[in-house]
Amino acid sequence: MATASVNLRRPGYLLAVAIVLHVALISAQVTTSAGVPVLEVVTFGSFAEIQRIAMGAVGGVRDAWNGYLDLRGVRAQNEALRREIEAMQVRMQQERALAGQAESFRQLLGLRERAGVKTAAAEVIAGDASPEFRTLTIDKGESEGIARDMAVISPSGVVGRVILASGRASKVQLLIDRNAAAGAVIERSRAQGIVVGAGSGLLQMQYVPGTADVVVGDTVVSSGIDTIYPKGFVIGTVENVERGGGTFHAITVRPAVDFTRIEEVLVVLTPSPAREAEAIEGRE
Amino acid sequence: MKFAKVALGLIAALALQTTLGGLAIRGTAALDLVLIVVVYVALTSGPVVGLLAGSAAGLVQDALSSGVLGMGGLAKTIVGFAVGVLGTQFIVTAPFPRFVVFVLATVLHAAIFMGLYVLLGLREFSEPYAAVLGQAVANGLVGVVAAQLVELLPGSLQRRRSGRPLKR
Repeated sequence: MATASVNLRRPGYLLAVAIVLHVALISAQVTTSAGVPVLEVVTFGSFAEIQRIAMGAVGGVRDAWNGYLDLRGVRAQNEALRREIEAMQVRMQQERALAGQAESFRQLLGLRERAGVKTAAAEVIAGDASPEFRTLTIDKGESEGIARDMAVISPSGVVGRVILASGRASKVQLLIDRNAAAGAVIERSRAQGIVVGAGSGLLQMQYVPGTADVVVGDTVVSSGIDTIYPKGFVIGTVENVERGGGTFHAITVRPAVDFTRIEEVLVVLTPSPAREAEAIEGRE
Repeated sequence: MKFAKVALGLIAALALQTTLGGLAIRGTAALDLVLIVVVYVALTSGPVVGLLAGSAAGLVQDALSSGVLGMGGLAKTIVGFAVGVLGTQFIVTAPFPRFVVFVLATVLHAAIFMGLYVLLGLREFSEPYAAVLGQAVANGLVGVVAAQLVELLPGSLQRRRSGRPLKR
């Protein structure tokens, strides 16, 4: 049987050739109902199928390639979108910061109106340079009329005073610095004293008579006696009152200003009487 | 020699077909003498000779008729090949198997021939089964007889020739 199939292979080819020739011969004579020769139709149809297969293969490759390119595009697009989202998140934070800044400015503006003194708004550009000192740097200096010993306040309360003014920046000594001091008064009882920096973030109110009415929670405001800080600005709240053996209370005051989060301040441009006197003397 | 015999047989069949054409057996389709010769040649000579004989005979038959050139040729080519293969696979020398082969070959030829025409929309064949069957039986009978004559006639003639001197 196997031998027979081998022997039939050549006749098979011959048969195929004969059939093809006959079909071609028939097709050359016969036309379709549309009047087109069958040979043309068969040829066209055959090649159309070949073209269809070829186009299918090419289309498949092209689709695969396009899919690959699309994937690459999608990947790049995803990367771009991710970056855009990150940029938008940063921008949103900036907007939020700006909104907070605007709120701060609004409060500062309100403070300026309430204070009734001429002030200059300044932005904190630097913090403490040394842990031993409590200072900060603002972005306004002598060019904006800022001078030494000018009071620095914020919507929350008293911040400190200018200890050094350069052309475009100033150094501010915070009220919590060990070397800082301000005239103060208990708002409720009008008991007077002096607040000084404790160096730990708290204030000590000194020289308050032991007979004075001071309780925890009392508000401490500036008395103006020091001729630096305007009168009536909040310094802080009494946190602890100790009646020692001496003649004065030992009062601990928590500052009203959160010095760790301070960003904008107002510099009171009205010079202190002492500086004004010095200036007058200098002019004379 | 073989080619000459095949060619001679085909020419004879064509001559008979064209002269005695239209032979109908009680209303059935006419005999196809050319097909009978092709089948016989294929049976005795194999598929290659069968398909070549069928192809040539069919083309000539087509050329002599009013049909599409190649229709009969294609049908007879396939039949010649198929019968040639059949002849190589089976012993088809007895009258009845040959009759069957002739019948089947005729049916196959008719199927291809008519199928092509119908497929191309060139002709309609309404209820062709009886005509095809009649032609197949007629071809089978004529083919078996013809084959027997072709195979037996030379021997009897030789015996007759060789017997005359003895009688003398």
